[in-house]
Amino acid sequence: MNWELMWDSVPTLLGGIPVTLELVGLALLFGAAVAFAAALLRLSGNPVAERLMAAYVFVFRGTPLLVQIFLIYYGLGQFEAVRGSFLWTFLREPFWCAILALTLNTGAYTSEILRGAILSVPQGQIEAARACGMSRTLLFRRIVLPIAIRQMLPAYGNEVILMVKASSLASTITLLEITGIARKIIAQTFAVFEIFIVAGSIYLLLNFLASRLIRYAEWRMTPYLRARG
Amino acid sequence: MFELLSFGPNGWGGQLLGGAAMTVAVSLSSFALGLVFGSLGASAKLSRNVVLNGLAEVYTTIVRGVPELLVIYLLFFGGGGIVMAIGRVFGYEGYIELNAFTVGVVSVGLISGAYSTEVIRGAVQAVPHGQIEAARACGMSRWLILRRILVPQTMRYALPGLGNVWQLTLKDTALISVTALAEIMRVAHVAAGSTRQPFLFYTTAAALYLVLTTVSTAAFERAERRANRGVRRA
Repeated sequence: MNWELMWDSVPTLLGGIPVTLELVGLALLFGAAVAFAAALLRLSGNPVAERLMAAYVFVFRGTPLLVQIFLIYYGLGQFEAVRGSFLWTFLREPFWCAILALTLNTGAYTSEILRGAILSVPQGQIEAARACGMSRTLLFRRIVLPIAIRQMLPAYGNEVILMVKASSLASTITLLEITGIARKIIAQTFAVFEIFIVAGSIYLLLNFLASRLIRYAEWRMTPYLRARG
Repeated sequence: MFELLSFGPNGWGGQLLGGAAMTVAVSLSSFALGLVFGSLGASAKLSRNVVLNGLAEVYTTIVRGVPELLVIYLLFFGGGGIVMAIGRVFGYEGYIELNAFTVGVVSVGLISGAYSTEVIRGAVQAVPHGQIEAARACGMSRWLILRRILVPQTMRYALPGLGNVWQLTLKDTALISVTALAEIMRVAHVAAGSTRQPFLFYTTAAALYLVLTTVSTAAFERAERRANRGVRRA
């Protein structure tokens, strides 16, 4: 063990945190929007929309994220039409390609979590809301969505941790986030274990914080389950 | 365009199929290794030994909390060093190099094993305690209880969870393309580079993975139906 080298690598590796957090944060944000739209379309009753969304979920859950990243980063640039369009300002940047791939990936998984949560809302609650004279949108906004979001939080917490880990794949398309930097230092110094320990600890810390955050959100959303003090 | 995917002299069809076979081989070996790690991990977690509990807890926390790519880098760059260090303990001073297949199987197996540990632990705990008491009352030894009561039922309870682990394992093998092992992703990457048709080859790779995941979903569904054939449904 080379303690000095390990200690020296800490600030360099910590420098990768902003990129990792940007990747995860933006992908989760856009992914939530995609998931919301996909889940609603999947439950819309329109057979064409349902089929399309089922196909989207099937493809993105059935293939490795690495294929999706490479397909977007290397694959799309092959077409003259893409390179000529305004999209090229985004798609030639590995950062936005990674964001796009991560967004579509987490969108597919999250839409299934959300769909399950919406379906699990007790029928009695919906009937009661209807009996109160709520419109469809009001019923969805006030009754179905809050219950569904509360219901999906534990599963969504797993998805957040998966995303933190998945962001490491952005290093394969030249992005220097934590794993990318770790790989670079390993190639220069051959200090595999030292770097693994430091980089791994950073990821463990990030995941620990993420799971705490979700746990806190769950606690905030279930005041009725807490013992009255 | 389709000539590139054909099996002719200019086609990559043969290599792609070879890559798919390699992916299946690596996945099956890693999954099997993962089951070994998983069974060991689960029995460590369920034992009353504090040291074993702690070790298994550390194993699953680290491997499940750190990106798969980092674990693969650890063994890819550091695996030879570990093996040589072990060799030195036994008095072997020479240079040992691990091939890409071994590195891939061990690293994905380690990852797969951490998830299997939790699945198997849950399945063991799902076996009703009364069954074990009944077996003990019949005078069965610990080993016999394990073989006749615990393992057959655990397998049934663990099957859906292990199906998920298998899908994860299959998709994780794409990551060992960084070690230049000629599985689907690596072949697609090389083909994309030399033909300048990345979209075509990565789409083909995606399609191959979809075929593999679809077939294995169906296989696990059949296995579950078979395992549950003696169970009354509500």
